[in-house]
Amino acid sequence: MSLSLLFLLALGFGLAGWLAGRARAWSFQTEGSARLRARPQYHAWYVAAWIVLPLAAFIAVWGWAQPQLVMQAVLADPAASQLPAFGFQREAILSEARAVASGAAPAVFNPAAQPLVEPFRAALGRYEWIGFVAAILIAFAGGAHAFLRLKPDFAARTKVETLVMRILLLASLVAILTTFGILASLLFETIRFFGMVSPLGFLTGFQWGPDPMVAPDAIRSDRYGAVPLFWGTIYIGAIIAMIVAIPLGLMSAIYLTQYAPPRWRTWIKPALEVLAGVPTVVYGYFAALTVAPAIRDLAVSAGISNASSESALAAGLVMGIMIIPFVSSMADDSIAAVPSAMRDGSYALGATRSETIRRVLIPAALPGIVAGIMLAVSRAIGETMIVVMAAGAAANLTANPLEAMTTVTFQIVALLTGEGSFDHPATLAAFALGFVLFLVTLALNFIALRVVKRFREAYE
Amino acid sequence: MVTAIQDVDVRADVKMQARDVSIYYGTKKAIDDVSIDIPGAFVTAFIGPSGCGKSTFLRSLNRMNDTIASARMEGQILLDGEDIYQSGMDVVALRARVGMVFQKPNPFPKTIYENVAYGPRIHGFAETKAELDTVVERSLQRAGLWDEVKDRLTEPGTALSGGQQQRLCIARAIAVDPEVILMDEPCSALDPIATAKIEELIADLAKRYAIVIVTHSMQQAARVSQRTAFFHLGRMVEYGPTSEIFTNPREARTQDYITGRYG
Repeated sequence: MSLSLLFLLALGFGLAGWLAGRARAWSFQTEGSARLRARPQYHAWYVAAWIVLPLAAFIAVWGWAQPQLVMQAVLADPAASQLPAFGFQREAILSEARAVASGAAPAVFNPAAQPLVEPFRAALGRYEWIGFVAAILIAFAGGAHAFLRLKPDFAARTKVETLVMRILLLASLVAILTTFGILASLLFETIRFFGMVSPLGFLTGFQWGPDPMVAPDAIRSDRYGAVPLFWGTIYIGAIIAMIVAIPLGLMSAIYLTQYAPPRWRTWIKPALEVLAGVPTVVYGYFAALTVAPAIRDLAVSAGISNASSESALAAGLVMGIMIIPFVSSMADDSIAAVPSAMRDGSYALGATRSETIRRVLIPAALPGIVAGIMLAVSRAIGETMIVVMAAGAAANLTANPLEAMTTVTFQIVALLTGEGSFDHPATLAAFALGFVLFLVTLALNFIALRVVKRFREAYE
Repeated sequence: MVTAIQDVDVRADVKMQARDVSIYYGTKKAIDDVSIDIPGAFVTAFIGPSGCGKSTFLRSLNRMNDTIASARMEGQILLDGEDIYQSGMDVVALRARVGMVFQKPNPFPKTIYENVAYGPRIHGFAETKAELDTVVERSLQRAGLWDEVKDRLTEPGTALSGGQQQRLCIARAIAVDPEVILMDEPCSALDPIATAKIEELIADLAKRYAIVIVTHSMQQAARVSQRTAFFHLGRMVEYGPTSEIFTNPREARTQDYITGRYG
C-alpha cells in the first residue's frame, strides 16, 4: 500500500518538476537575452527525469529493504522472545501478526500472535513515515539539482537523448540477461544432477527409466541413459518433420515468389503465416485425435496388427505441417532477395523459368534457405505439446515410425510433473535434458544467423 | 512518322525490323510508334536522354519486357523476317539467338567456368566435357578474357573486377552462339580503362554478330557504332549512319542533343 502511494508521489513530483522546468525555460525565452540551446520540453523532461529516476531507484530499494527493517524491529521487541525458534510455526505467527497490524485481517486467530501485533503496527507506521520523508527529500534534491542547472545555453536535449538511449539499452539488456539467467539456473540444477548420475552414462546410455520412488542414494545410474530420447527427438523433429516441411515449404516459396499472380500471393502468404500462429496445443489435438488414429488404421489395413495408436509418424507429420511457414517464409525472403539482375541474366541466355529457379535462384538463395531450415529444426526439436499428445511416453530406440517414441521435451514435462521430490535425480534429470536441448537449439540458431549474415553481405 | 529504311545505306542485310512498335507500362506509353531496321553486320547505337525509352525498346528486341508484368506492346518485331511476338514463338529459342548484356555486370554466383558453361548446358550444345571446355575457352577468348582467367576458372565469377565481370557476361552471352547481341549501357558501371577494353571488344565482336548498344555517352556511340538512332520522349527522332548523325543531323532536336543543349 505504501509502495503504491510512493509511486503516485513520484508521478506527482515528476509532473510538477516537468511543469517547473518548462516554465523556467519559457522565462529564459521571454527575457529574450539569448536563444535557448534546447526547446523548453527538453528542459522539462530533464527536470522530470532527475526527480522520477532517483525516486524509482529509491522505491525499488525501499520495497526490498522496508519489510526487513520492520521485521528486525519486531524481533528486537521483548514480545518476540516467546516465539518458537524455527520452522513453519514461527513464520505463520509472524505473518499473521503482520496481517492484523497492516489491517489485512480483522483479528488474530492464533493467540500467540497477539502480543506481536502492537510492535508490528508501531514498526510499520514508523518506517512508512521514514519512507515518505526520504522520498520527498530525494525528489526535492533531484529536482533542485536539475532545476538549478537550467540555463539558456544548457544542452538539455543532449542529456535527454542520452537518457533515452540508456533506457532503450536497458530494455534490450533485459532479454539478454534473462537468457543468461535461464542458462545459469539450468546449469546449476544440471550440475547437481551430474553429481548423482555420470554425464557420460547420461549422454551415451541406451536405457531410459527414471525411478522417482527409489531413495535418491539407491538410484540406478544405468536407468538414466538419454540416447533413446535424443533419438526420438531427432527422428520426430529433424527427420520426419523435415521430410514433410522442407519440400512443401520450398515448393510453396518457389510458387509464391516465381509463379503466383500477385492477387494469389496476397492471399496465400498470409494464410501460410496463420499456420505459424496456431497454438501448438491445437496441433496436438489434431495429431492425437485425427492423424494418429488414421495412421493406425492405415497400418492395420496394411497388415500390421499391433500398430500403436501413438506413433512417431503422427507427431512428426503434424510437426512438419506446423513448421512449413518457418521454412517457406525464410526461403521466400531469400529467393526474393536474389537480385533480379541474376534472373534477367539467366532469362537473357534463353533459360526457362524452371531452369532459372533450379540453377540460379535456388543456388544463390541457398544460404538463406539452409538457415531457415535450421531455425525450423531448432523449433521442431524444442516443440512440446504435439509430442506430449501424440508421440507417447515409451523410450523406444527404433527406426520404425509406426511405434511410439518419446522426446526430450516430453520427458521434461513427465519428470517435472511426476511424483519425485524436487531434489531427486529423476526430477533433476529434467534440467539436464533441458540444458542439452537449450545448447543444441542455441547452436542451431547461432549457426543459422551467421549463415544469414554472410549471405546478406554477399549481396550488399 | 519516321520512315527509317530509305535513310539507311543498305549495304548489309537487314537482321531485325521493328514495325510501328509502341510499348506501354500500364497506361503510360514508353515507346511511341517506332520503326527501325537493324543491319546484320554493324554496330547500331541507341542514344538519347534518360527516360527516352531506348532501353525499353532494346529489351523488346528479345522479349525481356515479358518479365515485367505491366509491360504491353503493339506492332511487330521481325527477326530474319519472322515475327518474334507471334503466338507460338519459342521465347527460349529467341533469346538464344538474341543475347543480352546488362548495364551492371551480373555474373551468377558460380565459378567463372560455370558462368560461361551455363548457356551451353541448358541448351544442350555440348555433349561431352571436352566439347564444353572448348566452348568455354572459345567464348572467353572472343570476350578477351581468356588470358586473364585461364588459370582461375574455378574461382567465383563475382571475384573478378567490374570490367572483367562485364566481359565474363559477354562471354556468357557469346557461349550460346547468338546472332544478335543487345547491350544495355554495358559500360556505365565501369571505369575508363575497362570501358576502353569493352569498346575494343565490341568492334571485334561486330565482325561476327549484329550488335545493338544503348548508351548515354555520345562519344561512345561515335566511337563504336556505324548506325545511330536518336530517341527522345519515347519516339525515334532520327536514324542514320553515325557519321551523319554526329556531323550533319537533319533534325533540330538531334542537333540540340548532340551539342549538349539538353539531355
